[in-house]
Formats: sequence, structure tokens, C-alpha cells
Amino acid sequence: MDVFLLSRLQFALNISFHILFPTITMALGWFLFYFKLRSNLSAHPVWMRIYRFWVKVFALSFALGVVSGVTMSFQFGTNWPGFMERVGNIAGPLLGYEVLTAFFLEATFLGIMLFGIHRVPNWLHTLSTLVVALGTTASAFWILALNSWMQTPQGHEIIDGVAYAVSWKEIIFNPSFPYRFFHMMLASGLTASFLIAGLSAYRLLLGDNKRAPTLAFKTATYTAAVLIPLQIFVGDLHGLNTLEHQPQKVAAMEGIWETTEGAPLLLFAIPDEEERTNKLEIAIPHGASFILTHDINGRLQGLNDFEGEHPPVAPVFYSFRIMVGMGMLMLLVSWIGSTYWLRQKQLPSWLNKVFISMTFSGWVATLAGWYVTEIGRQPYLVSGVLKTSEAVTQIPADNVLISFVLYSAIYVFLLLAYLRTLMVMCRKASDVEEYSRPEFTQLNLQQAES
Amino acid sequence: MFIDNLTTESLGNIYIGLLGLAILVYAILDGYDLGIGVLLPIQDEGHNDKMIASIGPYWDANETWLVLAVGILLIAFPAAHSELLQSLYLPATVMLLGLILRGVSFDFRAKVIEHQKQQWDLTFKLGSLITTLAQGYMLGIYVTGLRSDIWAQGFATLSAVGVTAAYVFIGACWLVAKTTGDLRTKAIVWAKYGVLALVIGIAAVSLANLTLHENVRQLWLSAPTGLVLSAIPVLAFTLLGIGYLVLQRLPEVEGAGDKLPFFIAALVFTLCFSAFALSYYPYVIPGQMTISETLSNSDSLKFLLIGAVFVVPCILLYTVMVYRIFSGKLESLRYH
Repeated sequence: MDVFLLSRLQFALNISFHILFPTITMALGWFLFYFKLRSNLSAHPVWMRIYRFWVKVFALSFALGVVSGVTMSFQFGTNWPGFMERVGNIAGPLLGYEVLTAFFLEATFLGIMLFGIHRVPNWLHTLSTLVVALGTTASAFWILALNSWMQTPQGHEIIDGVAYAVSWKEIIFNPSFPYRFFHMMLASGLTASFLIAGLSAYRLLLGDNKRAPTLAFKTATYTAAVLIPLQIFVGDLHGLNTLEHQPQKVAAMEGIWETTEGAPLLLFAIPDEEERTNKLEIAIPHGASFILTHDINGRLQGLNDFEGEHPPVAPVFYSFRIMVGMGMLMLLVSWIGSTYWLRQKQLPSWLNKVFISMTFSGWVATLAGWYVTEIGRQPYLVSGVLKTSEAVTQIPADNVLISFVLYSAIYVFLLLAYLRTLMVMCRKASDVEEYSRPEFTQLNLQQAES
Repeated sequence: MFIDNLTTESLGNIYIGLLGLAILVYAILDGYDLGIGVLLPIQDEGHNDKMIASIGPYWDANETWLVLAVGILLIAFPAAHSELLQSLYLPATVMLLGLILRGVSFDFRAKVIEHQKQQWDLTFKLGSLITTLAQGYMLGIYVTGLRSDIWAQGFATLSAVGVTAAYVFIGACWLVAKTTGDLRTKAIVWAKYGVLALVIGIAAVSLANLTLHENVRQLWLSAPTGLVLSAIPVLAFTLLGIGYLVLQRLPEVEGAGDKLPFFIAALVFTLCFSAFALSYYPYVIPGQMTISETLSNSDSLKFLLIGAVFVVPCILLYTVMVYRIFSGKLESLRYH
């Protein structure tokens, strides 16, 4: 295998592994802030119980995010030197601001959050929880500004092949940035919601009938039910934005080869890149044109208009369907769940099991979504400015093969350890006694939940 | 604003200064927590929880200084970043794997059932050791100007051991400051061995260093620069001597003096670092690339500097705040 392919595989592996954890922590930080606020406002210790369980999950996920993130900062130099040579003047400061305004904030105040509860006044502990949540969001802001600039670059000029900044405002607030930012934050919200719901359901299944898992479960179900329609709406806007700026990506997402008026919405197909056509199509006539142009006979550009300049079709096409399918499933499950929660104090056992099976649905949808947008940008690293193949390192392929194998092994090991530890934590939490001090009567619990 | 009027030269100096600061702070802060990882006994005799608790609130932020250092190198000196990391591809990969292992072990061990805890402790120790050895090795190769011959390898091996010893020393000093009783007594012994290892290490690395680059030798061996520069090792050895005496006297009383060894260690780190920095300035890669040859576009650097002027003091401020919150001896620092 050549160094280009290996470097791409290694980068894809690293970033796929990495994104799993920020996707959880970005929103879990806000959940923790909410739990902490509820704990401050109510006399009942149940919210602190919830906080203390989920802050551990946060710490573990955060640690995995940090260590895999450190790896990323090295990879730019080791495998993609051309990236910094050509667009470093843009990428550099954005990454720099991420480190300065987000990483230190998160890492430092996390220490107070985890260990400071008996050492600092309660307000400072609450503030630290808020600061950590803000830090994770700031981190998302900068890295998504950079990623969006790579998708829809503007605010720069090219002199001798090198990009120079002209307007930082235009660079940061480039056309796809607002959509990508909200799309990702909502994805994180949904990922954390289904994680909380799923692990809480697992604790209930283990026979843990304390108040904390039930209350956390309910909170997460409602959150998901509110976020998913928002996500579908924002996702649609993001798609329209992509159609405007990266039509070849949308053509790959929809599997449209020839420019068509009244293009069908393909529910399923097997794109064949050699013959430049689809097989086994199941389609809704005029569907794609209607969704994307809001006109059943709207004109959509096909892939053949971009020959040699469009992404590989099959992975984009399939990933898009996985993402959308997962979103629909989330809608269904969270709404059914909420309906039950509104009427009764617990969910039927089949629905509990459904939630357990959906624990990591956010990961699947988020990864699929990122594959759509990142593979969809190929063959460019920075749309129209820098091709991925131009940025790759010249080091021997064997070195990259060695590191790729090592990373793969360690990531598989860590992922298994992470999942196993989450299960162990649920079991441990289930064994803990319910808080039973006499002053916390049923009345107080009702207040806490209302 | 004054930033707009900066010359390219002063921008280069500011960024190399920031890079130096980040590396030095990293070596001191992550140094002690890596050192404690290396020191962690394989057979837990009841100290492991305390040793790890002593670094609990800090390690995440400590490691962030490495991200900052690599970030500044990437942003301000991109050509040096890619040259360095492509030359050091495999050791850098090994270091990252070490960092990954130790970083996650720390969190896993607190959450798993008892018999698995020991496995994670071992991973923590090994990960820390791999990291310190790899960092020392890379430092060695870097100082040779990225050579790969047998002499450079030998020097890098020496440096790997030296850096590990230095981290172990500062780690032991941290434990002296943070712990009580048996563990403190043990840490004092570790720290004393650390002083001895460091004296040998600094002497060996300094001598080897003189043989590497002609201009460095001239800088050190000719007056008046040599006189000023040789004050640095003299001062470092004096401090280590004082440190040893302090450690000798410590077992009798637990108290305010317990913090002294750590500050001495931090000072010794600063001195060693200054010796390196003064020897190689204005090179970003010794003998290969100078600041001006690799500095990136001024406008972008100015844009980042505007933020850095405000944010870096804040980072230092809240770092100090956190150290104050958790200052003093370890009581029952619980991971809740």
C-alpha cells in the first residue's frame, strides 16, 4: 500500500475514534451543568446522585478525547505536511485559538469539578461545571470553523499556491459554518441523551430501582424528543447550504449521475462508479428535487458534470442513508418514550430494551454524518484550493503501516475497555444503597422532579 | 495596537519565547506526573491510590502544555514542525501510544473492579515509562540536529535515560510535598537517588553536547559568553547539592520544608532548559533551521498574538488558582 492511502486510513481511524468522545462530552457538559443547577435548587440529593454518576462518565470520555486529540495535533506534521505549508496561515491561528481558549479551560476546571467538591465553595463548583461546558463548546466552535473553512473556503487570497488571510471574520463565519456548528452541537446533544437514556435503562434492567436512573432516563428522553426535530430541521438547512456551495457532494449523497429535472429520492440503490449508474433503485419520483429545491421539477446537477472532481459515490451515498435512518429511529423512539413517561412512572420492559439497544445510536449517526461531509469533500482537502494528494508526507510507507497497525490495536482495545467500564460502572452504581435519610420524604422527591 | 507594529524579527522571538515557555512548563508539570507514573510500584503496597490521587486534579491540564507546545511549533514554525515530526515519526508514535495508555489508565483504574485495578496500574506505569523514554530519545536526536548515525543514537539513548531520571526526581519531590508518613519517607529516598542520577545525567549530557556542534562548543568555551554560560551548570549542581542536604534533613520533621525539594527541582529544570535554549538560539532545529527560515506569515501570527496576550495570563492565573485550591498535604482526595 502506498503512503497516501495509509495516511488517509490512519487519519480516518484516528479522527473517527477521537470524535466519539467529544461528541459525548460536548453535550454531557451541559447536562452536568443542568444536573448541578437542579441540585442547587432542590433539597433532594437525587440530582447530586445523578451528577456524580455522570461526571465519572464525563471524566472517562474526556480522558479518551484528550489522548486521542493529542495524537491528532501530531498527525498534521507527521502525515500531512502539505496542509500547513499551503493553508497553515489560516488553519494555524484557528487551531491556536482552540488550544488557548478551550483546552486549558476544560482541563483545568475539570480538576475542580472532579476533585474540588469538598474543597471549594458550592458556587465555584457550579461555576467550574459551567466553565467546562463552555470550554467544550468553544473547542467545537474553533475546530468546526476550521473544518467549515476547508469545506467552503472564503476570506483568503492565494499567492504562489499559499493561502493568506484577508478577513478573519469571513474565514471564521464562512458559509457552511453556522449550519455545521448547530448540526454538530445537536448531534452531540442527541448522542449524550441516548447514552444517558441507554445506560439508565440498563441500570433499571439490572434491578436498580432507585430514583436517580429513572429521573436521568426521563430527562434524557425528553431532551432527545425536543432535539431531534430541531436536528432534522437544521440538517435540512445544512443540506440546502451544501447544495449551494458543494453541489457535487449532494449529487453523491443522492446518487444523481446525470443532471436531472425532477430527480427521484433514492431510498435504496447500489451506486456503480465504473458504469456511472445505480443498480437496484428504490425511489420516490421527484423526491430529491422536492426536498432540495422545494419544487418537484427542480433541476439538480449530476455527478457527470464533475467528472474527476467529485467524491467516491458509494461511501457518501450509504453513509447519508445510515445517518438519516438513525435520525428517524431516534425520532420514533424518543417520542414513544416521552409519551410513556408523560403517562406513567416507568417504561414497559420492551421499550427499556429498545433504549438499551439505542445507547450508542448517536455515535453511529455522528460518524455516518462526518463520513458524508468529509469523504464528500474529496478529492480536495480544502475545496478548490488544495487536493488531499498534494498534502501527503514523503516518509516511507512502512513507517505509516507500523503506526497504523499500532493505533488500530490500541483503539480497539480502548473502545472495548471503555464499553466494559461503562457496564461495570452501571453495575457498581446499582449496588449502592438508595439515599434514605428521613428528611427526604416522598414530598421532597416530587418537588425535585417537578 | 502595538502588535501591528511588530517586526518579523520580534514576532519570531516572541513565538520562540512562547514555545520555550510551553516546553519548560510542560517538562516541569507533566514531568512530575510522568515521574510518579514511572515510580508507581508494580506490587501495590497501599501507596498507589495516594500516589495517583496526588496528581489527580492536575494531569489533564499538565498534558495540555504539550498540545500548546506542539501547536505553537505547528503554527509559528510549520516547516520545522513537519521536518521534526517526519524525522521522528516512529519515536513520536511510540510516545503518543505511551501517553494514550497512561492517560486512560488513570481514569479506568478508578472505575473498574478491584482485581483489574492492578492491571491498569501496570499500564499506567508502562505508559509513563514509554513516554519519558521516547521524549528523552527525541530530545537527544533533536539536539544532534536530527542525525541518525550510531553516535546520535547513543546520545539519544543517554538522553532518554537522563530525561526519565529527571522526571522521576521531580515526581519524587512532588510526592514529598504532597504526602505523609511511609510514602513520604519512601519518596525522600527516591528523590535522593534522583539527585544522584541527575548529577551524573546533567554532567554526561553537557559533555556530550559540547562534542556535537562546533558553534556551541565555541560559545561555551570562549570568554565572555562561556563565563556567563558556565554559571548555569555551576548553579544547577549547587542547587542539587542543597536539594540533597534538604532531603537528608527532611525525615525528622514534616512541615513547610517539604515543598522545598520540588521548587529546587523546578529551578534545576529551568536552568537546564536555559542552557539548551541559549546554546541553540536562534536555531529552531539545531544546525538546520533558524527562526527566520521557518517563521510563518506575520499577519496570521499577529492575529493569534492578539488573543494570546489576553488568554495566556488568564491560563497562568487559573492554573495557579487550581494549584492553590489543592495545595497542602493530601488528605483524602477522593475521586467522586
